[in-house]
Amino acid sequence: MSTQQQLIIIGNGMVGHHLVEQLVDNGALERYQVTVFGEERHRAYDRVHLSEYFSGRDADSLALCEAGYYATSGVELRTSEAVIEIDRNSQEVVTEQGRYPYDRLVLATGSFPFVPPIPGNDRDGCLVYRTLDDLDAIQAAAENATTGVVVGGGLLGLEAANALRGLNLDTAVVEFASRLMPMQVDNEGGELLREKIEALGVQVLLERATQRIEDGEASRHRMVFQDDKVLETDLIVFSAGIRPRDQLARDCGLEIGERGGVVVDNQCLTSDPAILAIGEVALWNQSIFGLVAPGYQMAKAAFSTLTEGDTQFGGADMSTKLKLLGVDVGSIGDAHGNQNPSARMFRYLDPIKQEYRKLVVSSDGKKLLGAMLVGNNSVYDTLLQYYSNGIELPDEPASLILPQSSGAAPTLGPGALPETASICSCHNVTKGDICATIDAGAVDLGGVKAATKASTGCGGCTALLKSVVDHELEARGVEVDKSICEHFAHTRQELYDIVRVEGIKTFTDLIEKHGNADTHRLGCDICKPAVASILASCFNEPITDAAHIPLQDTNDTFMANMQKNGTYSVVPRVAGGEITPDKLIVLGEVAKKYSLYSKVTGGQRIDLFGARLEDLPDIWGELIAAGFETGHAYGKSLRTVKSCVGSTWCRYGVQDSVGMAIQLENRYKGLRSPHKIKFGVSGCTRECAEAQSKDIGIIATENGWNLYVCGNGGMRPRHAELFATDLDDEQLYRTIDRFLMFYVRTADRLQRTAVWRENLDGGLEYLKEVILEDSLGINDELERQMQTVVDTYQCEWADAISDPEKLKRFRSFVNDDRPDPSIIMTSERGQLRPA
Amino acid sequence: MTGTALKKEMDMADIQNSEAFENHASENNTAWQKVCTKADLVAFSGVAAWLETADGPAQVAIFYLPGLGQGKGDELFALDHHDPFSNANVIARGIVGDLKGAAVVASPIYKQHFRLEDGQCLEDEDVKLRTWKVKFKGDEVWVEG
Repeated sequence: MSTQQQLIIIGNGMVGHHLVEQLVDNGALERYQVTVFGEERHRAYDRVHLSEYFSGRDADSLALCEAGYYATSGVELRTSEAVIEIDRNSQEVVTEQGRYPYDRLVLATGSFPFVPPIPGNDRDGCLVYRTLDDLDAIQAAAENATTGVVVGGGLLGLEAANALRGLNLDTAVVEFASRLMPMQVDNEGGELLREKIEALGVQVLLERATQRIEDGEASRHRMVFQDDKVLETDLIVFSAGIRPRDQLARDCGLEIGERGGVVVDNQCLTSDPAILAIGEVALWNQSIFGLVAPGYQMAKAAFSTLTEGDTQFGGADMSTKLKLLGVDVGSIGDAHGNQNPSARMFRYLDPIKQEYRKLVVSSDGKKLLGAMLVGNNSVYDTLLQYYSNGIELPDEPASLILPQSSGAAPTLGPGALPETASICSCHNVTKGDICATIDAGAVDLGGVKAATKASTGCGGCTALLKSVVDHELEARGVEVDKSICEHFAHTRQELYDIVRVEGIKTFTDLIEKHGNADTHRLGCDICKPAVASILASCFNEPITDAAHIPLQDTNDTFMANMQKNGTYSVVPRVAGGEITPDKLIVLGEVAKKYSLYSKVTGGQRIDLFGARLEDLPDIWGELIAAGFETGHAYGKSLRTVKSCVGSTWCRYGVQDSVGMAIQLENRYKGLRSPHKIKFGVSGCTRECAEAQSKDIGIIATENGWNLYVCGNGGMRPRHAELFATDLDDEQLYRTIDRFLMFYVRTADRLQRTAVWRENLDGGLEYLKEVILEDSLGINDELERQMQTVVDTYQCEWADAISDPEKLKRFRSFVNDDRPDPSIIMTSERGQLRPA
Repeated sequence: MTGTALKKEMDMADIQNSEAFENHASENNTAWQKVCTKADLVAFSGVAAWLETADGPAQVAIFYLPGLGQGKGDELFALDHHDPFSNANVIARGIVGDLKGAAVVASPIYKQHFRLEDGQCLEDEDVKLRTWKVKFKGDEVWVEG
């Protein structure tokens, strides 16, 4: 379109990306041809959760969008291309690669870490903590290090300290001020924070000004402080605040604040109306906003400016809720009470539980002006609502911060929030927006999230959002029917419990006792396979037994996978992907004899396609004679344990991953579950088995095994999360026993572990409490139950081919021996395929 | 009445009526023919049978739901083994159940439901499977086709 204007965005961080999303989602690409320059290699990623990079997440899982998002949306993203100059006369930006004209330009260059001007600050191993490349550098430097120091005890400094701890370094934090997080907490809070952080093994040094850094004696560096005290360390990370990256703006003569930052107005316009600035580079009303939520608000204001809307940036609330090194810290409004001279303070300090809470209240006691929390953020959401919506405080404001057990701690229910209450500050979603979405047809949390994006930014509002959505749905009389189907007024989990508690062993028995009376009590293709799976998980009787066979999907009935022309594919188990040459030859011979198309699967085994129903018993007869057993590729059950070759062959491997994979596959084979389960075992951190995309991922360490859970490939990929570290073999089996049985027990039908995990109230923390700390007291039972399944395993195919009654089902026609004549094959690339 | 007692009664009725339909060609050129025995059936599930008819061969799915309808309805059903959605002969391998008061089979490929009584597809009113009359004659299963 000839009228299209050129819009250039410099910077592909969280805020720059948010602006792109605004442009894409609101149809602004018809008007603007958008080009984005990113200096880093990676497309925009989640900097808020950067420290998770060391606990298992990678650049891709931290990315804010799918790899093809920019291209698909029609936005040109030029990564690894830094802008070196803005030529305002010709309206062009200049990079090493060329000159690019613009009509409108947005600066979203963010900030850089401030490195104090200390002699020696540029030594090898003196690093910063800001980008993924910084993290790679820290990781590389940590390889031969045992100790690490973070200079700076603020928010980012403690994040960096957490990262160093994650790299198994003895970590210290050096802070210039007299307390940690001086911006967010006061002396009492800071002292509590120090105690808690030191209890985690992180050394905290306060009131230390580093004078110089020089060669150490025992370690690589020696830091010398103002009083000539010294600290030796192998690695130093500077995290002493951020500075706006305003050099491009300075060079082209835009107005810059005294202490840096590109001056912008409410429309995010700089002194040149063709140029806007957003995020941490922008200086609004003498303030830089170093949080993501205000950055997003600026992006929205900038979008509005670019499209002649009327949304403006009017400052932002800097309230934050953090979990630093596992310690809750919350800060709301005027937390120090120094902006309101007449304010009154309430303080609560529990030295045993190590919790500190402070309220800053207006002189009449009616309004909350600020609050400070250390050690427990559970009241943060409630307090924030009082603060940001000006809700009148209860008569006893102190009740808001006193322990729950002392009674009368009024939590602010979702019903009490006004329509204007901001629920998600990242995406600026109010309670009114949520109500409107529900009125427009959203029927659950997922629907509201999809429509409003609420809770998809920092995720801090997840619990609040859920309570608002639940409340609003209930208020509208919506009762979510969780019945599995019309035959049972129960969820899968309830049916599971009924079967266990009452010891019910057949579907008929279950539907007689607990089925809905106004049906024929035949069941259906929803409840029958679900109950079959529950019965198998609990009692592990052969699924081809007469009582169970009518319950099974065709794949389970015939113990093979039906393909689109009615033939089946056959997948024998190849535990861990390890197979002898003799067995490989047998697979080849069988495939040849029965004209089967052969393909290697993603799970490291071999799939033989095109088997006719009546040939299945003969095929299996030959396979079993050669030592194969069924692979359960047809079942909602353990599929494969993929492995890399491990320490047996690989020069990098630190454990025998193949051996472990075989152990695990043989332990859990045959376990029927709500959906299929896949494992992966990698022999070292290079992760060649792609274990982090599996339901259960295991990665070898020098000391044992790290366990990851709830990953998924497929349609909605999800990275597995680190669940436990450095387990020995026995601990690993026990943990997986419990985890799998808990999943089998509580998941919905056809719910993979990843979705189950996302729907689990309390999330990963809850799962850890149940599985690792036995908070429900069920672990013995879970282990016993798994042992029963392990002990009663039998190969279903071996069972079936020894039973003539069961083999009767494998006839194409009950009254005729001919094969189904309508199955027609044709040849392609030397093999047969359906015509 | 228990399921077994019910079955016995129905079997008796079939035997008494057997002379009436045995080898008796109807006007539209069909005849009752024996396809298999009760032992070939799978209770609450289906099997496939090969049928030679005057119009040519047909593949038939036979479902056996002992005790269905508490004596009022049928317990044997015969319908097309051919699944019109996938064009594969697989209907006998589907899961049997009841939906909204009607006994149905779900296609094992794309999971559409077909009413056993008349072959009607519940998801697509334009699709209907062919059905055959089917009866026990003693322990034998007879289909008219």
